[in-house]
Amino acid sequence: MAGKPQIPNLAEIWNDIKSGKIISDISKSVTESQVWTSSFRHGYADTPRNRVLQIVSNVWLHLHPVKIHRHALRIKFTWCMGGITFLMFLVTVVTGVVLMFYYRPVGEYAYFDMKYLQYDVPFGMLMRNMHRWAAHSMVITVWLHMLRVFLTGSYKPPREFNWVIGVFLVTFTLLLSFTGYLLPWDQLAMWAVTVGTNMARGTPFLGHEGPFAEFVGVTSRYDARSVLLGGSLVGPPALLRFYVLHCILIPLVAGALMIVHFWRIRKDGGISGPL
Amino acid sequence: MAAPAKKKVEVVPEKLHVWPYLVRLEFLCAIIVMVLLTVWSITIDAPLEEAANPSKTPNPSKAPWYFLGLQDILVYFDPWFAGVIAPVLIIVGLMLIPYLDVNPKGNGYYTYTERKAAIWIYSFGFLVLWISLIIMGVFLRGPGWNLFMPWEYWDPHKVVALTNVDLPYAFGFRDYVWSSIFGGAVIIGYFAIGTAAYFVLERKAIKNVGFMRMFLKINLFLIMVGIVIKIVLRLGFNIKYVWVTPWFNI
Ligand code: HEM
Repeated sequence: MAGKPQIPNLAEIWNDIKSGKIISDISKSVTESQVWTSSFRHGYADTPRNRVLQIVSNVWLHLHPVKIHRHALRIKFTWCMGGITFLMFLVTVVTGVVLMFYYRPVGEYAYFDMKYLQYDVPFGMLMRNMHRWAAHSMVITVWLHMLRVFLTGSYKPPREFNWVIGVFLVTFTLLLSFTGYLLPWDQLAMWAVTVGTNMARGTPFLGHEGPFAEFVGVTSRYDARSVLLGGSLVGPPALLRFYVLHCILIPLVAGALMIVHFWRIRKDGGISGPL
Repeated sequence: MAAPAKKKVEVVPEKLHVWPYLVRLEFLCAIIVMVLLTVWSITIDAPLEEAANPSKTPNPSKAPWYFLGLQDILVYFDPWFAGVIAPVLIIVGLMLIPYLDVNPKGNGYYTYTERKAAIWIYSFGFLVLWISLIIMGVFLRGPGWNLFMPWEYWDPHKVVALTNVDLPYAFGFRDYVWSSIFGGAVIIGYFAIGTAAYFVLERKAIKNVGFMRMFLKINLFLIMVGIVIKIVLRLGFNIKYVWVTPWFNI
């Protein structure tokens, strides 16, 4: 027999299927294959060792500590709000990338790309809705998260610094939302951003209508507002600027700060709790 | 005292594995939120109005809803304050909270009785000055940024008499320079007296808390209260500015 391939016996195969042995055979040959063992670094059996490995050998999960205090699990304590805020951020990243395939930040195109996206792109409307509603939700959940952190006094030592990072995060969350607001390039967008950026005219020293501007000599074409808009009104250069800020600069900065934020939660001894 | 009961809970070894106890919670929470978000996105479409048109200004023009609190303050303050200084003060003030609040109690659990002042101040700023102004801005501000009750028609021709005067004028000052000096005295006096009163009342705390902390704390507080006072002065007494100078008005 040696060397000759065995002819499979139909009755035997049928038996394997019926008894379920074929499943365990297949899963055994899969999980013992080189591809599998090189991808997954430990077994799945529910042992304390695997519970630890599950966290420390996974790049996504290892921002968690391996063990936490029981109280940190209470939904009543955290409201899960930081986590939901992060989830909303991830949703906007994913749906935002899809939107970027179809959207061009050019005065002549932007609005019609939105129309195209809504009416012709499969699931385009859904992607746009999810992006917008997740962004709005993120603003609300980050405020609620902040309120929760305040009410539990979690900004007190040793977590002062993480609160400061948090204030940067809430600021960037609002800026992300605000820069995105312009991109549909419709009436709502243009005028909301006009109202918002008009404030910059009043910047002391640097805005052309602000206090002490006459000592600096700024004009409506060259002042704090025109730096933001790339001109003296909300036009195509502003659209391009807001697009770059919205899709590249602010997400990168906010993402980096989130990583620091999560890291500091661990370094500060995990979620705060009664001592 | 509730302390012994609390201690007892903590004596039991309280450490749990993150996998599965936390991860499964996060996962569950994520699923629920994603279902809600998906249903919301299927049922309600994001708005898209007509194409941007720089020559057609809508009335009212509103900033995105989360900035409407600031836009509403514009009624009472000039843009340099409402649009620039106020946001900066909010951001800086928030960042300073952990360094100004030296009360060691209430760290890591909900309590009202151990930190009443802190909770009152934060809730007032957040719920009244931020959230309620946003709600007002979204629902009650119509054409010309006038106030309309929900059942009222948004009449773009609504006429509101502008009878506001400056505070020095209301006090009988007619001369520009003297008005300016009076206004300055009111504002500076407000901060000086407020600060002094706080230091006198809390004189025992200065040694522990430190001068700088107390100074920043009371002045940030006075600014917040000052905004409310200005709103009341305008709505109740038709006062436009308190302090008029050639460079800025408050
Ligand atoms: C993009 C925005 C943010 C994200 C994604 C985020 C995420 C998180 C997460 C996941 C936690 C773990 C506990 C929990 O879920 O409550 C947390 C804790 C914390 N966050 Fe945030 N956060 C954000 C913004 C903020 C803001 C605006 C503040 C405050 C100004 C803040 C201050 C803190 C502090 C002090 C903790 C530690 C809380 C404790 O130990 O109990 N974070 N954050």
